[in-house]
Amino acid sequence: MSSSLIIGQYVPGNSVIHRIDPRSKIAIIFFYVVIVFFANSVMSYGVLALFAIGASLISKVPFPYLMKGLKPVWFLVLFTFILHLIVTKQGDVLISILGWEIYREGVVQGAAISLRFFLLILVTSLLTLTTTPIEITDAIEELLGPLKKVRFPVHELALMMSISLRFIPTLMQETEKISKAQASRGVDFRTGAFKDRVRAVIPLLVPLFVSAFKRAEDLAMAMEARGYQGGEGRTKLRELTISRRDIAAYIVFAGIVTALFLTRS
Amino acid sequence: MDITFDQVSYIYQPNSPFEYRALKDLSFSIPSGSFVAVIGHTGSGKSTLIQHLNGLLKPTKGTVTLGEYQLKAKEKNKELRELREKVGVVFQYPEHQLFEETVAKDIAFGPRNFGVNEGEIDRRVNEAIQATHLDEELLERSPFDLSGGQMRRVAISGVLAMNPEVLVLDEPTAGLDPHGQKEIMEMFYDLHQKKKLTTVLVTHSMEDALAYADQVIILNKGEVYMQGSPLELFKKQKALEEVQLDVPEVIEFITKANEKLGADIEYTGQSIADLAKEMADFVRGGRDHE
Repeated sequence: MSSSLIIGQYVPGNSVIHRIDPRSKIAIIFFYVVIVFFANSVMSYGVLALFAIGASLISKVPFPYLMKGLKPVWFLVLFTFILHLIVTKQGDVLISILGWEIYREGVVQGAAISLRFFLLILVTSLLTLTTTPIEITDAIEELLGPLKKVRFPVHELALMMSISLRFIPTLMQETEKISKAQASRGVDFRTGAFKDRVRAVIPLLVPLFVSAFKRAEDLAMAMEARGYQGGEGRTKLRELTISRRDIAAYIVFAGIVTALFLTRS
Repeated sequence: MDITFDQVSYIYQPNSPFEYRALKDLSFSIPSGSFVAVIGHTGSGKSTLIQHLNGLLKPTKGTVTLGEYQLKAKEKNKELRELREKVGVVFQYPEHQLFEETVAKDIAFGPRNFGVNEGEIDRRVNEAIQATHLDEELLERSPFDLSGGQMRRVAISGVLAMNPEVLVLDEPTAGLDPHGQKEIMEMFYDLHQKKKLTTVLVTHSMEDALAYADQVIILNKGEVYMQGSPLELFKKQKALEEVQLDVPEVIEFITKANEKLGADIEYTGQSIADLAKEMADFVRGGRDHE
């Protein structure tokens, strides 16, 4: 279980990708997700793939980690591909297997959709792999800033997010500790009938909730004791700044967008 | 139950950037019925070691032998259940593991999991609360209504009710007041003597190690740094300081007194009163010579 103690997926590093302002990263990825759907020729897909793969290489995130992020969605990618093979009935018949005819368009569409999926997931997991959860929260708070005008509690939302993120590893450790203690008292979490395994969770959940509530109370008290005041007038320890790196990133991305629209058919 | 570690290594998250070697070729043995203190600085591998004692962790390399059980790398163990019944582990802050509606049910949880029959469970629950000096009328209360010290006793009772042959204690007195600390330690020592429980105590307290253990294992960075009887080990102040450990107060006091008085009084586990007498005799004797 200790392998899950890594917070999120973040892989520490010092590459350009790591150091780009998280707001820029989120903005670029947002637009990337939009433009992926504009690609319609081999060349345009090539341009998009170039961007995604290039960024992955620059980030120096080890390949296995990138693949780990993709693991849960391989099935989806494969599934959509097969669905397209079966359902799309346009163009010439390529081959027919056991009476099922596979059409040319089916293969093309399937490949295109799967590639889109693949690129989207690669780029978004690159974000979480190179950005700490705290940076992402800060960036979200900044990006949602305008909503303050309509009295949306942006700061509180961000605070909630960062507190939850902060306590994920703590709760994980706690879970591990309690499950070990209960395993030592003869609870079997891994084998046995489904009913028994569900029941085995109770000795784990009750202490976990008790300590989570206690922790929440302690934290609230500690924050109040130190005069915490959110939102208006609060300054930050880590100020986000847009640097030359970010401008370079925007320029590269603008180049990719231009190239994409030039290569569309 | 004899416990033997043979060249045991344990690596957390192998083959990742977070790889960490917690134990390095650890070898030692604990004879059945002895009281062993494991001492070491934070991060020396004490907690990892403990988890090998009832199969919560399996060695990455090497073999752990507990009585007739063997834990080896990459080997599935079917008798883990039996092993866990025989090795009771009291974790740090064990009161965090309480969850039942009543104290009685929580204490009975362990034995019930191991399929002990109801009559025997009742007997064991009563025996356990007697050992831990808990009031019988607490049995029907919710464990969450008790004081911290009482909760700890309930949690310890829960482990004792399993009737283990080996008792593993991970800093059982952490966070208790001095009086409570002494009481709990006396209780464990009593159990160790009466029931011949093999006891493994992980502690930061040199005093406890000196007072109760008949063997001390000092860990440093996942390796056995020193091993021997407490009286022997605690004489080596220099070596202990190198791994940021203190010697017990009594011994430090005697060393300083010896320096000051030019005496050579040796600590052999005598009581404070005897020690005072010895010192007084020496001082008087010194005067007589003049």
